[in-house]
Amino acid sequence: MRKNRWKKALLLMLQMLYISSFTFGGGFVIVSFMKRIFVDRYHWLEEQEMLDLTALAQSAPGAIAVNAAILVGWRVAGLPGMLLSVLGTILPPMTILSVVSLFYQAFATNPYVALALKGMQAGVVAVILDVALSLLEKLLKTGDRRHPWLAAAAFLAAFCLHVHVVVIILSAGIIGTLIALCGKRKEERHDPF
Amino acid sequence: MILSELYWSFLQIGMFSVGGGYAAIPLIQNIVVKPHHWITMAEFTDLITIAEMTPGPIAVNAATFVGFRIAGLAGALAATFGCITPSLLIVSLLALAYARYQKMELLQSILGCLRAAVVALITSAGLSILGQVLFLGGVPSAAHIPYFSILLFAAAFLLLRKYKWNPILVMSLCGAVNLLLGIVTEHIS
Repeated sequence: MRKNRWKKALLLMLQMLYISSFTFGGGFVIVSFMKRIFVDRYHWLEEQEMLDLTALAQSAPGAIAVNAAILVGWRVAGLPGMLLSVLGTILPPMTILSVVSLFYQAFATNPYVALALKGMQAGVVAVILDVALSLLEKLLKTGDRRHPWLAAAAFLAAFCLHVHVVVIILSAGIIGTLIALCGKRKEERHDPF
Repeated sequence: MILSELYWSFLQIGMFSVGGGYAAIPLIQNIVVKPHHWITMAEFTDLITIAEMTPGPIAVNAATFVGFRIAGLAGALAATFGCITPSLLIVSLLALAYARYQKMELLQSILGCLRAAVVALITSAGLSILGQVLFLGGVPSAAHIPYFSILLFAAAFLLLRKYKWNPILVMSLCGAVNLLLGIVTEHIS
């Protein structure tokens, strides 16, 4: 069991090294990649758990990628999982940035680097939207009928009104609390012991 | 002592940048550039450019960059460790709480709503990057429709959606194809 846990933690670190070396852009990019690999390929987490962990990673202080690595690490392989997962997440940017800051001028002005990066951005967008579409399909199919409306409102707030993500997540949490409290009160009324 | 100062400064950045990414930029400016003059404003702008062009969270990139310039490898390690210390503590507590109270009815209701919001946020992030890639954030004009970027995006999307290709392979291929096309068109003209 213990040996198994370290093995899983090591595999987790290798995957995080791999993901972290290639994911440009914000936290949602890396979360999309993590979902594809840890949920779809390895089945280490349920899709719902991955979404829960994403919300937690987003609302806690610090970099989303590091936070997500901590949460997934604990969930998949306990303390060793958390430590190795974080190490896997920060090693690639640290190495790359140390090298790049030494050769910054040559790197920034190289037209071939710019071309490759621009192409990769198109690929990154495709990955995020692919993950978003699968999640949206699931959201419409299963669960609470209120949730798609909530998602639509959150989307409008984020995309059109540029409301800060933390505000959106906190509001969703408050709505969830209210729904639970009202639901309980209704049950008590219908079903008095 | 410079190492503990680096550690402490980046600990504050890690502590107060809620929401990740761009939330860290003003903090880095306020904590690193202004009081300590560890890097100049011009270097700070370079830092943001580098951070956007390379993988990894902006805060971690900034910690490595500034730490390296001030005190070499030890500085980079001190600053990076400082920047992830708050996450290690706070998020580990959250992980513990999640594992213990996940099944509670109240938490189930809250998490259900959070999931819906997160799906919306991922979609929104994807669409805004799409706009950035295809139109460079500006208004699309008929004269400059980026046919090739659209084609590349569509091909990548198809490979992922229909054929379930590995996302990192798809992304690297996109980079390689764009690079090749750039070199070829350069040779023709």
